[in-house]
Amino acid sequence: MKRTKLINNRIGAVVAAGAGVLGLLALTGCGAAETGASAGGSDKVTITVPSWVGAQANAEVAKALLEKEVGVKKVELKVMDEPIGWDALNNGKADVILEDWDGLPEKQKLYIDQKKSIVKGGDLGVTGHIGWFIPKYYADAHPEAKTFEGLNKLAKDFKTSESGDKGEFLGAAPSYTTYDEYLIKNHKLNFKIKETGNEAAQIKEIQQKYEKKQPFVTYWWEPQWLNNDIDLVEVKLPKFKEGCNEPKEKTECGYANTPLQKYLNADFAKDGGDAAEFLKNFKWSTEQQNEVAKYIAKDKMSGEEAAKKWIEDNKSTWQAWLPKK
Amino acid sequence: MSAAPTETPVLDKRDRITHSGSESPPAAPGFWARLAGNPKAVLLVAALLVAVIAALAGGSGIWPKDLTFDLRTPLTDLNEWLVDNRDTHPLFLYFLLHISNTAQSAVDSVVLGLENLGFIGVTVAAVLVAWAAGGAGLQRRALRTAGTALGAFGLIGLLGMWEPAMETVGLMVVCVVVAALVGVVLGMISGLSDRGERILRPVFDTMQVLPAFSYLLPFVLIFDVGTPSAFVTTVIYAAPPMARLTSLGLRGADAAALEASQSLGATYRQQLFTARLPLARKQMLLGLNQTIMMCLSMVVLASMIGAGGLGEEIYRSLSILDTGQSLTAGIAIVLIAIWLDRTTAVVGERLDDPAAATRRNRSWLPWAVVAAATAGATAVGTALGKLEWPDNWVVSISEPVNSVVDWIESELGSGIPVLGGTLTWASGFAEYVINPLRDALQATPWWALLLVAGVLAYAVGRWKAAVTAVLALGVIGGMGLWTRSMDTLSQVIAALAVTLLLGFAIGVLAGRVDRVERAIRPLLDTLQTIPQFVYLIPMVALFSGGRTAGVASAVLYALPAVVRITNQGIRQIDPAALEASRSLGASTGQQLRQVQLPLARPSLLLAVNQGVVLVLSMVVIAGMIGGGALGVDVVKGLAKGDLALGMTAGIAIVCLGVLLDRISQPGADVKKRGL
Repeated sequence: MKRTKLINNRIGAVVAAGAGVLGLLALTGCGAAETGASAGGSDKVTITVPSWVGAQANAEVAKALLEKEVGVKKVELKVMDEPIGWDALNNGKADVILEDWDGLPEKQKLYIDQKKSIVKGGDLGVTGHIGWFIPKYYADAHPEAKTFEGLNKLAKDFKTSESGDKGEFLGAAPSYTTYDEYLIKNHKLNFKIKETGNEAAQIKEIQQKYEKKQPFVTYWWEPQWLNNDIDLVEVKLPKFKEGCNEPKEKTECGYANTPLQKYLNADFAKDGGDAAEFLKNFKWSTEQQNEVAKYIAKDKMSGEEAAKKWIEDNKSTWQAWLPKK
Repeated sequence: MSAAPTETPVLDKRDRITHSGSESPPAAPGFWARLAGNPKAVLLVAALLVAVIAALAGGSGIWPKDLTFDLRTPLTDLNEWLVDNRDTHPLFLYFLLHISNTAQSAVDSVVLGLENLGFIGVTVAAVLVAWAAGGAGLQRRALRTAGTALGAFGLIGLLGMWEPAMETVGLMVVCVVVAALVGVVLGMISGLSDRGERILRPVFDTMQVLPAFSYLLPFVLIFDVGTPSAFVTTVIYAAPPMARLTSLGLRGADAAALEASQSLGATYRQQLFTARLPLARKQMLLGLNQTIMMCLSMVVLASMIGAGGLGEEIYRSLSILDTGQSLTAGIAIVLIAIWLDRTTAVVGERLDDPAAATRRNRSWLPWAVVAAATAGATAVGTALGKLEWPDNWVVSISEPVNSVVDWIESELGSGIPVLGGTLTWASGFAEYVINPLRDALQATPWWALLLVAGVLAYAVGRWKAAVTAVLALGVIGGMGLWTRSMDTLSQVIAALAVTLLLGFAIGVLAGRVDRVERAIRPLLDTLQTIPQFVYLIPMVALFSGGRTAGVASAVLYALPAVVRITNQGIRQIDPAALEASRSLGASTGQQLRQVQLPLARPSLLLAVNQGVVLVLSMVVIAGMIGGGALGVDVVKGLAKGDLALGMTAGIAIVCLGVLLDRISQPGADVKKRGL
């Protein structure tokens, strides 16, 4: 009997705890809820980190410098892809996007022009370019493959078990800006996109094929640390003109050169003090970004170590970013 | 069992020779006769024939456009509405945001609490909680559990995973408490009311086959990326086992005990709290254990939607294919799982042990010791200024692991004489197994597949199962995702075939040879707790990205469950039946074919069912490493916040799950025999 009594007590305790939680909910439930973390102040800065390594390089270096040189207490890196990052910047859950590829014109209109919740933070200093690339050994052997029409005639060279009777096209990771699906459809190209799933898987596949000198054609971009290790040649697509990729289903043109942009939450930009000032000043070159990205992705350093190493070697670059006292 | 066949080898051989001659002829007609006597089987064969002929006759496998409905437009509208109104609409301000803020602050305060305890305080607390749960004192059980906890936490620190592990534990604590509460409430509803049971039972059943991956997206849009979405999805995922087992416990209560309490004049409430719930506590504890394990696996998956901690470590290493780092975090997860599992399991053991029960009247004492010692350890830690795990106490295993993986990749990738190498196998498997399967599925006319699915479900279940299966396929076609779903389905079937072949073989071996069972048991335990993401990374190195890599990780993920269930099925067979067959002179092979496998049939069917569910959940996650099809649509939907794309793919996955579950479910009769 004692046993049941004890269990009884324990259940009682659980019920009491449950009631406590409900009570807490009820208490807070009277009024309207807070809508998000309040941005602003330099105590805590949240940086969005999209899934590509170059962006991680930006974020790690910014974090290390903010914490060590600017005196921000805590810098949080939140892994989130571009579209979600924009939403987070809008509602103040994150303060800054360091590298935007201009892939979300609707969100830019909504948040920058209409709601005025996000403001531009200037150039990152790196120019991004997306395109279709083939390995140099293949381009040398088949010079006609350097245009998309010529490439299409050679489609059967690119056949794999994944693509069936069409050529295999290594596609972009899910969150990346791409019009390949529509380009292939609208030009009636004999290629099938293989969804590589994420950047690292795509890189691994490229490395494996490159080593065996197999032909491949891939969605690819600069800046990208792997470009230091392998030789790729761009395939010529129809020239980009402003607006040729709207609506995206009708896209027939290639990709633009995009000067990568920084964006800040509007409140943070206003009240963020030194931290906001520093992030607005943050600007480096493609080579510098690639260097840090390579530390992380190829040398498998942790983000902190990679940032530390770069900061030690490049004092003159980052000192220009520090707010003037 | 293993020693027996060697006793009379001569007799064995002789007997087999004489027997096989006289036995095999009746066996063949027996099969056809049995087939003819089973209308369901005839129906199934007929349906399959129709499908094959229709496919060969050049029927088109494409779902007709007229039969589709447009789900994308309303979903896109909803998506836009959510983004616009997320922080202004009353539904959010007065309800949903409260949930998310409460969850956020609860998790934050637990994590902060753990931080303030410091690593010494947390370790002491974990060890002593395990000790108290094990019955306290100097009993072996209590000391063993405490030792496990000490080892687990020490190793986590040594691996350099202390900080993320504390974040995960913080989220876990909140999720487990809420999931258990929700589970108990739902379990009481379905355990005490028949109508509740009728409504909730199918919901629990369906929840159990849903790949969690498929329903992350809507919660991201409602609760935004971060802890709250992770919290809500985890609670939804983890509450059903608690509810199910609570209900089972309440319904399974001994009628005599209830009668007794009623005759003593207990009111309904008194009866519930003094008799029914206490009698159900064993089941409830089992439910809690399962809920904890599911919470743990979900908080890792939820790193895709912003849950921090160990899951994020793993997710991030997936994006740079860092096998070593992901394995380190994966091991930390396994260690937490071991600690939680042993601590809760030992409470259950104690309930079974009458000797322990008598000692329990002073049970506040151990808990006081726990509190006091934790406070003391915290004070010491704070005084020493050592709250964080010291950096120089860390041993990195990620570099050696990575060099092993690199070696495997470069040595075994290709170019091995005769065998070819893993990359060659990968493209071979895709070309000769997955592609023909996919092409066959896509070439078969949609109505023929509906027919086969319906008949299959009818053959193993009842009309209801058949209707569900056909409807599930219909929804897939209706959403215009027929071709992509067939792609996913072909991967599932290929992975399932490999899983079952390997699983049954290993399971039977383990069931017959004790040494094998002992050897693989810890391996199975570990494989079952390693987070799904961890499986993906080395597969890319081995097989390059793509469907084969996905299938391989699905096989690895589902294998432990199949092996385990097969092994149990073989071992549960009445030894008398085996003994009888042996004394009749059956050889080892004959025993296996004619006694063990037929008698283990219910378990084997259960293994198939479990295998299907696990394989599907992994195949879709493999969209992240090039599996394509529905999986990558969900990933894209999550990455781009695109509800129309991700949600329709998610629904299609759910439909596939329900379909596969229904056509592989051991029928009611089999289940009964199995129990």
